[in-house]
Amino acid sequence: MITLGVLERSVMNALWESPDGLSAPELGERLVAAEAPAKRRELATTTLLTVLSRLESKGFVSRSRATRPHRYHAVNSRSEHTAELMHEVLQLAPDRDDALARFVGGVSPTEAETLRRLLASRGTGN
Amino acid sequence: MAGAWIGLAVLALALAWPVPIALSKAAWPARAPGTALALWQAVALSGGLSMIGALLAFGLTPFENDLGVASTLLSGHILDGPVPAQAGALQIVSLAGAVVLGLHLVLSLATTAANTARERHRHRALIELLSSPLQGSPGTRMLDFPAPVAYCLPGVRSITVLTEGLVRVLDAAQLRAVLAHERAHLRQYHHLVLLAFKAWNIALPWFPIANRAEKAVALLVEMLADDDARREVDDASLATAIAIVGSPWRDGDPAASAIAADEIVPEADPETLGARVSRLISPPGSLSRAARALVLTSGVALVAAPVAVLVALV
Repeated sequence: MITLGVLERSVMNALWESPDGLSAPELGERLVAAEAPAKRRELATTTLLTVLSRLESKGFVSRSRATRPHRYHAVNSRSEHTAELMHEVLQLAPDRDDALARFVGGVSPTEAETLRRLLASRGTGN
Repeated sequence: MAGAWIGLAVLALALAWPVPIALSKAAWPARAPGTALALWQAVALSGGLSMIGALLAFGLTPFENDLGVASTLLSGHILDGPVPAQAGALQIVSLAGAVVLGLHLVLSLATTAANTARERHRHRALIELLSSPLQGSPGTRMLDFPAPVAYCLPGVRSITVLTEGLVRVLDAAQLRAVLAHERAHLRQYHHLVLLAFKAWNIALPWFPIANRAEKAVALLVEMLADDDARREVDDASLATAIAIVGSPWRDGDPAASAIAADEIVPEADPETLGARVSRLISPPGSLSRAARALVLTSGVALVAAPVAVLVALV
C-alpha cells in the first residue's frame, strides 16, 4: 500500500526533476512509469490533486493557473531545501527558537564558514 | 514579615549570579550528569520564584494585618476601603514588577514553545520529503548531505536523522552508538528541558547566567545520552564517533576516517567535545550516593524555600 507520505515524496521528486513544471496528468504518467511493471497501477488524478494541494498548502509547490490543466512547480530545489534544513540543524540560521539535539553540537567559526560555502554552492546548483 | 522579602531577594541574587557561576565551573557534574541537571532545574525554578516572590512580598508589606494578606485582599476591602497609608509608590511599583516579571517569564515560555513547534513542524515536513527511511531501523531516516550530522526530531512520532556523510565515515558500532545516543535524547525528553532553558535565556537576555545555564544544561543532556548509549556500545566506539563527527571535515573527503579517539584534537567547540570524549576515555567514576543525595536535597530545599515563604505570607 502506498502511503500519502511516500506519494508526496514521489510527487516532489518528479517536480524537482522538471524545471518547467508538470500538470497533474503528466505527473501521473511519470509516477506510473517509474514504478516496476509488476506493481504498475493507475493513479487516480483526484488522488494526485489532493497530494498536490497538500504540498501547495505546505508551501513546497506552486500552481500556475495560466493554462489548463494547471501546471505545478517545485517552489525550491531539492538542494535548497536540504540547505535550509542543515542551516537550522547546524544553527547557522539566526532567529530560531528550536534547538535540535544534535549528536555533536557546537560548530567552530572555520567549520561554520566551510558549511556556509558548501550550502551556498549546493543551493544554486541542482 | 519584613524579613521575608529580604530573604527572598538575597536568594534571588545568589541564584542569579554566584550559584550558577560556581555550578557551571564545578567538575562534579560530569560525574553525575542527571543529578546536576536536576540541580540546574531547581536553581532556575527557585531563582524565578524568589525574584517574583521578593517583589511580591515587598509590595504586600503594607497590606499585612492579623488576618493575613490573602483574606484582606479577598474580603474586598482593598477595593472599597482606603489604600493603606503605608503603601507608597515603591510598593506599588514592586507589585507591578512582580506581575510583569511573572507574565514575562510565562509568555516567553509559551512563545518559545509555539515557535519551536512551528519550526519543527516545517522541518519534519521537509525531512519527510527529502529523506528516505533507513531499512531495519524504524524511526530513522537518511538525508543526502555530505557532512556527518545526526540529530533527533522529537514529536508524536520521533525521527532520528542521519546524513549520508555520517554513514560514510562511521563503522557499524559507531553508528549504533550514534543511534543509541539520539534515542536516549528522545526517551528522556531532553528537548523539554532544553526548551525551558532556552525560554529562560530568551526571557532574561541581560542575565549572563541564563546563557551559562543553557550551555551547561546542553552539555549535561549530551552526557546523559552518552551514558545511555554506553550500555549498548563500548566506550571507545562512542568516543571515536563523537570525535569523528566533531572534527573538521571537507566535502567528499572526510578527514577523520580511521582516527583513534585519543589522537583527536577536536576543533568544534573544544570545551564541550573535549569534556564528552575525555570522560569516555578515562571515566571519572560516578559521584557517591551520599553526595548525590546531598545535591538532590539542596535542590528540593532551594525550591521549597521561596514556596514556603510565599505560602506563609499569604
